[in-house]
Amino acid sequence: MILPLRIENLTYVAGGRTIVDRLSVAIEAGPSTIILGANGAGKSVLMRLMHGLLAPSSGEIAWSERDPERRRRRQAMVFQRPVLLRRSALANVAYALKLARVPRAERERLAAEALESVGLMHLAHRPARVLSGGEQQRLALARAWALHPEVLFLDEPTANLDPSATREIERVIQAFDAAGTKIIMATHNLGQARRLGDEVLFLHQGRLAEHGPVDRFFSQSASAEAAAFVRGELPWN
Amino acid sequence: MNAIWEAARGALGLIASGDPTLGAIVLLSLEVSLSAVVFATLLGLPLGAAIAVGRFPGRRAVVVLLNALMGLPPVVVGLFVYLLLSRAGPLGSFGILFTPPAMVIAQTILILPIIAALCRQAVEDAWIEYEEQLRSLGARAGGAALTLVWDIRFSLLTAVLAGLGRASAEVGAVMIVGGNIDGVTRVMTTTIALETSKGDLPLALSLGLVLIALVVALNAAAHLVKDAALRRYG
Repeated sequence: MILPLRIENLTYVAGGRTIVDRLSVAIEAGPSTIILGANGAGKSVLMRLMHGLLAPSSGEIAWSERDPERRRRRQAMVFQRPVLLRRSALANVAYALKLARVPRAERERLAAEALESVGLMHLAHRPARVLSGGEQQRLALARAWALHPEVLFLDEPTANLDPSATREIERVIQAFDAAGTKIIMATHNLGQARRLGDEVLFLHQGRLAEHGPVDRFFSQSASAEAAAFVRGELPWN
Repeated sequence: MNAIWEAARGALGLIASGDPTLGAIVLLSLEVSLSAVVFATLLGLPLGAAIAVGRFPGRRAVVVLLNALMGLPPVVVGLFVYLLLSRAGPLGSFGILFTPPAMVIAQTILILPIIAALCRQAVEDAWIEYEEQLRSLGARAGGAALTLVWDIRFSLLTAVLAGLGRASAEVGAVMIVGGNIDGVTRVMTTTIALETSKGDLPLALSLGLVLIALVVALNAAAHLVKDAALRRYG
């Protein structure tokens, strides 16, 4: 178990701008965590800091697993725009398994299982880059899922997709959640937050403005910024 | 104007008759330049990719130097290789000066920076797109570099072609280390230079035409491969 994740006084400064500002939070195994906030609130940067793609300027990110290599292998991330290699869908998943040191003999079977779980088995041998946007994102999910991570980070995975592709992605995310993977997802789609989330971290200008169960967040936000965001108003208006 | 037509008619006649001297010269040119391209590619692609994803002190200086070396003057490379391979030079004991292997070495040195520098740029651009994803999957810099080279292999064809163009077009390096010996180290460009000065314009022109036709054909083939790959892999 790499969870819980404890974040203390986390700050990230880039180009003289404070993007994450003295943020402290504990993320436990179990409930799906949705990171909400306006564009530029620091959602993506916070996830990259948690995942280890960025190094904090100050503060602490402590997983319960101390070994960095084991910690990394137990998490995966799906980005807003999937980056796929110029090879078949199946080979893209197998590549991730290879990096995770899965023996060659098992890679194909595990990759096929992962494709099956996102409903892409019929496209296994198609080049990944010629798939549709929704299919590419499902392939990215399969690639992340093939490693059976304990924690799956999702950075606005449906921001570029049409409603039907979005529904497909949400169905897959729900299946992963049901299989016991901890979901940590950034979105600014409130409906999606409600459908997929159990708890909400609401960021405002790099600070944690609110942290609580989804229902309470939407019915009675404690902070004025969160209440304004829920009403669909831009917080600076 | 008349002289040009006469030379052209003579050139086409030589090509059509399948003149054996002409054939041998064309063949040797292809052997030397293609060998140089193979060696420079095998060395240049990994080198360029390593510089693209590597982070080490002095990296910027290396990049600037590599880009500058793209413009290496062939005669200077020829002189350098000549000094290395000449009897008194450090590699003189191999006795390969004025042989095709010496020409391959000189052309490899000449085009290695071209292939490496163009590869460095292409891989660096791709790295910007792939870096987060590959790091998230746990790739290390070395493995990531190879993955990138393979993934953009069809774009890298352009870098290899630039090297081939340079190798097949240069005169200075092969002239100095090859010596332009009839039947041994005489290639298309050195023959063109020699025959023009001797006044045998039909032979010079026929070789010029063959040289241009070969370069166009190779580039067209590479373009078709790249196009097909783009349609197939996206």
